Amino acid sequence: MTTTTTTAGGVKVVKPTVASHINDYWGRVRGGDLGSLPAVLGLIVLCLIFGVARDTFFGALNFANLFSQGAQYIFIAMGLVFVLLLGEIDLSAGFASGVCGAIMAILLTNHGWDWYTALPAAMLTGIVIGFVLGFLVAKFGIPSFVVTLAAFLAFQGILLKLLGGGKNISITDSFVLKLANSNLSVALSWAFAIIAVVAFALVQLNTVRTRAARGLVTDPMGIVLMRIGALAIIILVATAILTQERSINPVINSVKGVPIVAPIIAFFLIVWTFVLGKTTYGRHLYAVGGNTEAARRAGIPVDRIRISVFVIGSFMASIGGILAVSRANSVDPNTGGSNILLYSVGAAVIGGTSLFGGKGKAINAVVGGAVITVIDNGMGLMGYTAGTKYIVTGLILLIAASVDALARRRAASTGNR
Amino acid sequence: MAATPLLEISGIDKSFGPVQVLHDVSLSVYPGEVTALVGDNGAGKSTLVKCISGIYTIDSGTVTFDGNQVAIHSPRDASALGIEVVYQDLALCDNLDIVQNMFLGREKKRGIVLDEPTMEQMAGDTLASLSVRTVKSLRQLVASLSGGQRQTVAIAKAVLWNSRVVILDEPTAALGVAQTAQVLELVRRLADQGLGVVLISHNMNDVFAVSDRIAALYLGRMAAQVKTTDVTHSQIVELITAGRSGNIGLPPEKPSDFGGEIVDITPGGDK
Repeated sequence: MTTTTTTAGGVKVVKPTVASHINDYWGRVRGGDLGSLPAVLGLIVLCLIFGVARDTFFGALNFANLFSQGAQYIFIAMGLVFVLLLGEIDLSAGFASGVCGAIMAILLTNHGWDWYTALPAAMLTGIVIGFVLGFLVAKFGIPSFVVTLAAFLAFQGILLKLLGGGKNISITDSFVLKLANSNLSVALSWAFAIIAVVAFALVQLNTVRTRAARGLVTDPMGIVLMRIGALAIIILVATAILTQERSINPVINSVKGVPIVAPIIAFFLIVWTFVLGKTTYGRHLYAVGGNTEAARRAGIPVDRIRISVFVIGSFMASIGGILAVSRANSVDPNTGGSNILLYSVGAAVIGGTSLFGGKGKAINAVVGGAVITVIDNGMGLMGYTAGTKYIVTGLILLIAASVDALARRRAASTGNR
Repeated sequence: MAATPLLEISGIDKSFGPVQVLHDVSLSVYPGEVTALVGDNGAGKSTLVKCISGIYTIDSGTVTFDGNQVAIHSPRDASALGIEVVYQDLALCDNLDIVQNMFLGREKKRGIVLDEPTMEQMAGDTLASLSVRTVKSLRQLVASLSGGQRQTVAIAKAVLWNSRVVILDEPTAALGVAQTAQVLELVRRLADQGLGVVLISHNMNDVFAVSDRIAALYLGRMAAQVKTTDVTHSQIVELITAGRSGNIGLPPEKPSDFGGEIVDITPGGDK
C-alpha cells in the first residue's frame, strides 16, 4: 500500500500521504514520543470540566486573566526547558526571578531609574546569575541540583536583604505596570493576530516549496494546510474573545483587547523555537542532551553549552520576575517564592519536556503553563481552597512525570529512543 | 594495488606513565585496501587508533600522510587530514535524526540558519554512494534504526567529509549474521572507492572476508603486517596469541626486550 519515491541522491523513501503521515505520528506516540499531546488533551478536558462547572470560566474576563496569571510560570518554564534539555535542573529559578524583580523595583522606585535602564539591569542580573550557576556546574562538576539548591536558599536571603528585611517596595512606573496589566488596542490586537497567522502560513508553505524544489520529501499538503488552519482558528477565536468588552462597567472603564503579555509570550516562544530548531546552537543543545560523549567527539564545546543553558534559564527567570512585579505592582520577599518554581518545573514537564534530557521544546512551557494556570484558576472559581489546589496540581505533575517515565521505557522497548 | 601507502606510521612509542603500551609500532595503510588490525585484548589496538586520530599524542615516531610527514595533535588535525574514526559505540545521538547525526558538529548554515535542504541532499547523496537505498526517511530518528543501520549511518558520517582514511573499531561486534554481511559489504565498498580502510576486528571470518592486508599487534608490538592471501587463519591466530608464527612475526623473546639493558640476576653473578 505504500508508494515509494526517491529523494536526494536516489535513496528510496516512503512517500508520505495525509493518511500515512497521521499513521506515522500515531506510531511515534505509541512508541513513546508523546510531545505535548497529553498536555493538550489534558488542557481540553480541564477546560471542559471547568467550563461546565462555572460559566464564568469561559468568559472574556477570566480568559484574559489566565494570561497574566500564567505569564510568570510560562517564562520561567521556557528557561527551564533549556536546562532540562541537558538533563540538569535549576531550583533557584523562582527566587532568581524574585531577585531580578526586586532589583528592577529598587532601581525604579528608590533610585529613580527609567524603565529602559531598570529593565535591562534586571535582565543582566539574570544573565550574571545564570553564568555563575552554569560555571559552577560545568567547570567544577558540582551537580546542578546542589548548586541551584544552594542558590535557592541564598537568593531567598538576598531578596530579604534587598528589601530591607521584608519590606514591600511598590512601583509606579507606568510602562512596567502596563506590561502585565494592560491590553493592546482592538485594532492592534487584530493586526498582531493576522500577522501571526500569515507569517506562520508563509513559513510553512515556503519550507514545502524550497524542499520540493530540491527534490526532497515534503510533508503532504493536506497536513500543512491543516496545521495552518488549526493555528488560524486558535489565534483568531482567542482574539475575537479577547477583543470583546469585558469590563463590569464599560461606561467608566472600557477593558478590551489582547493582554500585552500574550505578544510577549509569543515573541519569546518564536525566538526560542527558532533557536532550538533552526540554529547550530539549538542542534548542539539536543546533541549534548542526547549523548554528551558523542557531542564532545563531534567537537561541540560541551562546557560552554552547559553554561549557556543556565544563562538562558536565569535570563527567562528575570523576565518572569519583571512580569510578576508588574502584575503585583510591587515586590515583596515572597516574589518568586512559594510554589512558583515548582509550578514552573511542573509546567515544563507537563508540557512534554523530558526530565531525562534531550527532549523538549519552547512550546512545552506554554502548553504546560496553560495547564497549571487553568487548574489554579478553574479550581479557584469553583471555590476550592489552596489545599485542594496544591493536591490536584501535585497529582497532575505526578501523572505528567509518570507519562514521561513510562513513555521513555516504552520508547526503549520499541527501539524508539 | 597501490604501491605507496596513504598513511604510514613508523616507530611509534606510547607510554602512560611507567607503562609502555606501544613499542616501535609501524603500520601502512594503502588506498583502495582494507587493512585489518588484529590483536588480543590489551595488545594496543585502541591506543594505536587513538594515537592516529589525535586523542593521544605519540611519544616518538613519525606519521606520514600522502607522502608528507604530519603531526597530529588533536582529533581536529586528524579530520583536517581526512582521517575519520568510527568508534565501537558509534557516537550517535538517539534523539536526533539521520541527517542531524551525520552533520553533527559540522552543520551547514545559510547565515545563522541551518541549511537543512543542503544537508539532507548531501546526506542522501552519501548514503546513495554507499548503496544504501532503503531507509524509511532521512528524517528518521536514529533511535528507531536497527544496529546495522546505525553502523551504516556512523560510517556514512565518516565518509561524508571526503575522508581519505576511515578507521572502523569492531563494526560488526554487536550485529547479527545478515547485518554483519551488509556492513562488511559496505567496508569493502569504501575501499573500492579508493579510501584507505582500517578494520579493527576480533572476528577472523570478517578479517579474511574483506581485508587485503592484516596487521597483527602483540603486546604493544607490531608482530607482522602481511597480505591476507599469504597467510592462513591459524597463522594469524598464532600471531595474535604468540606474536610469531613460523618465520613471520616477532623474533623469539630476548632479555633485551625487557627494558633495553641486560641485568644479570644470577645469584652471585654481581661480582
